[in-house]
Amino acid sequence: MQFFGGSEISPSPPAPTVSGNNAHMVYVFNRNGVCLLYREWNRPLHTLNAQQDHKLIAERGNLGVPQLPGQGCSFHSFRTNTYKLSFMETPSGIKIILVTHPRTGDLRDSLKYIYNLYVDYVMKNPLYRPGSPIRSDLFITTLDQYVRSIA
Amino acid sequence: MAAIYSLYIINKSGGLIFYKDYGSAGRMDTNDSLRVASLWHSMHAISQQLSPITGCYGIELLEADTFDLHCFQSLTGTKFFVVSEPGTQQMENLLKVIYELYTDYVLKNPFYEMEMPIRCELFDINLSQVVQKDRVALLGR
Repeated sequence: MQFFGGSEISPSPPAPTVSGNNAHMVYVFNRNGVCLLYREWNRPLHTLNAQQDHKLIAERGNLGVPQLPGQGCSFHSFRTNTYKLSFMETPSGIKIILVTHPRTGDLRDSLKYIYNLYVDYVMKNPLYRPGSPIRSDLFITTLDQYVRSIA
Repeated sequence: MAAIYSLYIINKSGGLIFYKDYGSAGRMDTNDSLRVASLWHSMHAISQQLSPITGCYGIELLEADTFDLHCFQSLTGTKFFVVSEPGTQQMENLLKVIYELYTDYVLKNPFYEMEMPIRCELFDINLSQVVQKDRVALLGR
């Protein structure tokens, strides 16, 4: 299990869970860019150390490239030859990013479902302090199960 | 109805060498198009770093609510990308055709300096023909 918060905590290597090989990683950021959750299932290559990785991904989320001026819009996914990154931002500023196999279909509904899991297991937990790393076992387990099921 | 909004060609250092607007609702001036080009260049590079697997060549397709962005990178690092309506098909083929036009009318032009903005009339003419043909074909579908 791997939990990250801010850039001061140095990560220990995550223990990958056995899973279907479609999903690679998931990140959850809050509106300040703090990484609340990072889960990894299948990541043979680590180009960057964890802090750089998170910063890059958080910046990604901030782009929401406004190509057509006057219409604020944000992207929901991009695809390269080796992976597909799906992104969702909620009105409260929570950003969910899922990195999967390139031939995955539209994952917007999955991201919405993951957000609902977050609401149910994390936000509704009275002991959870918003903005702190997510330590809810129930959330992690359910998330793992769900991601494996869509793989 | 599928439509192309704009076409950009950027050189390997991220500088914009060609920009054509095909009537999008939001027209951009030169500075904006230059900005978008360098933004895309950096995003393309960053996406290669984020890959969980080796052998990533960069973003091929970016989907947003109001547009899709298709990108083709040649082996030399020149990137051709087109901003189109969401769900437009056959953009990859169009990009490959544009790449062929680029090699024929730009690279084989002895007066063209590498990495500089493209000012080749024949390229413009043929490009318009290809896009026009594409538009007709798409409309006919």
